[in-house]
Amino acid sequence: MITSTNLAPPPAPEIRQSLSLTQVSLPRWAPALVGVLSLAAGGLLAVLFGWGPVATVVVAGFVYLVALPTWSFVVENRRRAVDRLMTTLVWGATAVAIVPLVWLVYLVISKGVGGISGAFLTHDSHDPLAVDVGIAHALVGTLLVTLVAAIISVPIGILAAVFLVEYGKGSRIARIITFLVDVMTGIPSIVAGLFALSLFVLILGPAIRFGFGGSVALSLLMIPIVVRSTEEMLRLVPDDLREASYALGVPKWRTIVKVVLPTALGGIITGVTLSVARVIGETAPLLVVCGATNTINHNVFSGRMMTLPVYIFYQFTQPGVVPRSAPPGSDPPGIGHAWAAAFVLIALVLLLNLVARLVGRIFAVPTK
Amino acid sequence: MAKSIDVSDLDIYYGDFLAVQGVNMTIRAKAVTAFIGPSGCGKSTFLRSLNRMHEVIPGARVDGKIVVDGQDLYDSAVDPVAVRRQIGMVFQRPNPFPTMSIYDNVLAGNRLNSKRMKKSEADAIVEKSLRGANLWTEVKDRLSKPGMGLSGGQQQRLCIARAIAVEPQVLLMDEPCSALDPISTSAVEDLIHELKAAYTIVIVTHNMQQAARVSDDTGFFNLKAAGQPGHLVEFNATKKMFSNPDNDATEAYISGRFG
Repeated sequence: MITSTNLAPPPAPEIRQSLSLTQVSLPRWAPALVGVLSLAAGGLLAVLFGWGPVATVVVAGFVYLVALPTWSFVVENRRRAVDRLMTTLVWGATAVAIVPLVWLVYLVISKGVGGISGAFLTHDSHDPLAVDVGIAHALVGTLLVTLVAAIISVPIGILAAVFLVEYGKGSRIARIITFLVDVMTGIPSIVAGLFALSLFVLILGPAIRFGFGGSVALSLLMIPIVVRSTEEMLRLVPDDLREASYALGVPKWRTIVKVVLPTALGGIITGVTLSVARVIGETAPLLVVCGATNTINHNVFSGRMMTLPVYIFYQFTQPGVVPRSAPPGSDPPGIGHAWAAAFVLIALVLLLNLVARLVGRIFAVPTK
Repeated sequence: MAKSIDVSDLDIYYGDFLAVQGVNMTIRAKAVTAFIGPSGCGKSTFLRSLNRMHEVIPGARVDGKIVVDGQDLYDSAVDPVAVRRQIGMVFQRPNPFPTMSIYDNVLAGNRLNSKRMKKSEADAIVEKSLRGANLWTEVKDRLSKPGMGLSGGQQQRLCIARAIAVEPQVLLMDEPCSALDPISTSAVEDLIHELKAAYTIVIVTHNMQQAARVSDDTGFFNLKAAGQPGHLVEFNATKKMFSNPDNDATEAYISGRFG
């Protein structure tokens, strides 16, 4: 039996307009055109009001930021206009972040590279009358102090990270240590320097200044970085591998030494090298603990020790007098030395970063 | 020498949560025992408790007895590391050590324990284990290549070779084929048949046909309800289990009328 309701035809579907997948869009060269016009507008205002190039670029940026989305909103639609606005903002933020970096590197290279010579790198500056003064004492000091700091920090940092990841996982003490490490990451470097100074003054008496103290101060800054980076790397090692090792009857400590650490080695080495790069430019702690000197000192346990950042600081604050023979208006000699030493320091950091990348790649776990 | 395993009144906990309750069974030596059951019913947990891998997870513990060769595995004098040397394990996902070559992966159990051996001895173990795992002919020309470069099925057989290289008494397999294609699965199943001659094998599987194909005895685990502990419903010879099980729930599960 069929009831009448079943026979009623279904309501006719609404007739839809044909679906359009195409729509008007700005030509591909629209952003370039707006860019040129914005620069022209900025330039025009700069000429009218006598502004400098920085103001021109800033004005052009704002004009672009307003003009392109507006044009897009009128011609295209709201979604595309927002897309163009956000794209512009993201590119702009990137440019703002990069500009100071490039500028800084350019400035240091342009001012510093002229002062570099074989003599500058191999002589110290104990004789103020000598023609060939150099930074050998500061270079030796920086390398030794940083090396000793690394020797102190790397084992402590890696072992602490092993504890946090492998043994203390989730326990109260591990949480406390993680918190303290986070706090230590943020301690001002001068505080680390004063801590090391007061520590050694208490032990060895007042007026103590030596390289090892600087290493201790630097290691206070390095340890949290090493702990953090190593911890992250160890957490990335899958538990599958630990279980595979346990299932073969391998004790926990051997699993850590022979499976977990080798698997994370590439990342750990990169982290350590970056932490070295981070502390190699520290000035304040070395200024208070290592002191300053003009001669090469190879012994970190005795005598004042010069380092590159401290050398730069002193050359800048006490640049000496302009020689009579120099053309009027030229800088005193210390300024040039400071720029050259800054160049050497940046080159050193760059070298360390390159080494870190290389080493990280060599020890990276092969996938094929 | 393969060993049998006697389990009595075993309760397995994660912290306060009782995961598996009251298991009693005897796993025969030189036979394949399969565990089937729905997800979350405690098959894998029970398997991991057989070589004390369960306690690797913080807070995990076990009550009851697991007796192998007259010794209770959970006796306080028993060293879990020694237990794991006798009872090997193959995991669900192939997990070769990424830093090691194929050769070193097979020898990992020996090398990681710093066992000293001559080169010829090591070569012999590698060849014997890889032949045992049906992998020798595929990899014999590239033993120094990383183990991660193999296909999934080959990696799993490499893990089996690694497990049998230390010559355990018992081999536990936790869903060894669930990540593998049918051809690799068939290779692993053939391997299980061959290994049965020398080892006691316990395998967890979601694949009922696989349990029927490879095992001599089968255990069916089930949950009463979500949040309730898993328990062993029936433990019987595989032939009986798949033709005329004692328990209605087993039959419902095996014939696909579950739930």
